[in-house]
Amino acid sequence: MAKRYYQPEIETMPVDQLKALQSDRLVKQVKHVWDNVPYYRAKMEEKGVTPDDIKGIEDLHKLPFVTKDDLREAYPYGLLAAPLKDCVRIHSTSGTTGKRVVAFYTQNDIDLWDDCCARALTAVGAGDEDVVHVSYGYGLFTGGLGLHGGAHKAGCMTIPVSSGNTDRQIQFMTDLGSTVLCCTPSYAAYLAESIEERGVKDEIKLKAGIFGAEAWTEEMRRDIENKLGIKAYDIYGLTELSGPGVSFECEEQTGMHINEDHFIAEIINPETGEVLPEGEKGELVFTSITKEAFPLLRYRTKDLCILSRKPCSCGRTHIKMRKPMGRSDDMLIIRGVNVFPSQIETVLLNEGMTPNYQIIVDRKNNTDTFDINVEMSQEMFSDNLAEVTAKEKQLVASLKAMLGIQAKVHLVAPKSITRSEGKAVRVIDKRKLYD
Amino acid sequence: MAVKQISVFVENKSGGLADITKALSDANVNIRALSLSEATDFGVLRLIVDDVFAAGNALKESGHIYNITDVLAVAGEDKPGSITKIFTVLAEAGMSLEYAYAFFAKSQEKAIMIIKVADRLAAKKVLKEAGIPLVKEEEIAKL
Ligand SMILES: [Zn+2]
Repeated sequence: MAKRYYQPEIETMPVDQLKALQSDRLVKQVKHVWDNVPYYRAKMEEKGVTPDDIKGIEDLHKLPFVTKDDLREAYPYGLLAAPLKDCVRIHSTSGTTGKRVVAFYTQNDIDLWDDCCARALTAVGAGDEDVVHVSYGYGLFTGGLGLHGGAHKAGCMTIPVSSGNTDRQIQFMTDLGSTVLCCTPSYAAYLAESIEERGVKDEIKLKAGIFGAEAWTEEMRRDIENKLGIKAYDIYGLTELSGPGVSFECEEQTGMHINEDHFIAEIINPETGEVLPEGEKGELVFTSITKEAFPLLRYRTKDLCILSRKPCSCGRTHIKMRKPMGRSDDMLIIRGVNVFPSQIETVLLNEGMTPNYQIIVDRKNNTDTFDINVEMSQEMFSDNLAEVTAKEKQLVASLKAMLGIQAKVHLVAPKSITRSEGKAVRVIDKRKLYD
Repeated sequence: MAVKQISVFVENKSGGLADITKALSDANVNIRALSLSEATDFGVLRLIVDDVFAAGNALKESGHIYNITDVLAVAGEDKPGSITKIFTVLAEAGMSLEYAYAFFAKSQEKAIMIIKVADRLAAKKVLKEAGIPLVKEEEIAKL
């Protein structure tokens, strides 16, 4: 039987009690990093803060921020807060520029992360009679193993099918009667289309899907829901914080409940760092208060977002975040649609390509033109031209599904994209010449 | 008894092809045969060379994307109908060609056809049974 909540006493805890729990855990976490991570201690000393200054969540704003640059600088062990002998796993972000980020986990960290994913699965109606089909990639990427662990805890039968091999995906779905699909939204859209093409929609028993790890639109949600005949739910997370399950959608589908017993969320002004009141749009910042091996204090996600503590009809009391409205650094508006370079990067990575691309936006006859140059990679190349053009077509389709507008893709020679100081120039916006 | 073919990604811009052939000639690689198939923005250049190893190194060093594929080289007499015979034999065995191209080997007075099929070993067998001679890698190097 599917339960309503995975951990009801926590998920519906009165807000004041929840805040007291956060305060208690924050104080302990600050002491933990001060005692065990010289990098944090130095940062705090630089700001003139000691653990004695942090008495509860009202003092959170006194702590220094941590950014991705800090993670790169401290790579690999500089932010490790537990002895290596207590760590049981790592995960890593798909580093595209510079160094990768490696996050460490103790067994307890994994257990709590699995709980977070189990909450997300329970919220979409998955229980011990469900078959959870995990098509996220397994490996360094957190998607596969995160939802996998959550599905176990929620008592579901788990199919660790991982990504790729569409025929096998669809065969398992039909033969084993998968009821809940977990993957990236662009892969869900691709699977939906493949199911339609093969005319096997009637043999599919899916009722819900949890789709995260990339930005997607409401339009894409409706499209996936219609094509697969399911309810499609969003999930949010970052490898730096654990992985998927930092927040998740409930049946209301109006934002994601943040697992506040593990993460404190703040919204700040990305320019000044000032904390903004609830309901205002700004950069999302997280503090992980239960992580043992890799705790982050005030980690700047660069995601632009709005928080809301309005009561939710699902009964959960945890604060909700809206779907991130882009990154604080790089949004483009093309033909009236918001486009983020990070979305293109995500699609390329999902298609198994190297994310070396350049966006060229121009204006001709009062219409925006949108071209993407993609550097050819070994993975995409074949002696058979038809195979290369087929991959190119699939890339164009996935980009359209993700961005909502059509881009012209050009495959270009490796290393041909303009680089400045070693970093590829991602966006050339020629429209600025006319404005 | 397969022949190694090098395929290289070519961007459709002036100098794209010259870049590749220059990298090869600088490494003293001789091109025996060449075929280009093109899409709108790019193409795939397929080459038969005298030294695949040297060619691969030269392409890698000059930053090109390439791969090496096993293809069949079939010798036809330099007379009408010899190429038709090759295609007919393969078609009758139900094998479709992914691509093919030919060149004339002066020293042997023969047309040599490079063919790519999905099942190379099966194709080799039917060609042999039809009495169509295959050309070995070493012979290509010596042409
Ligand atoms: Zn809710």
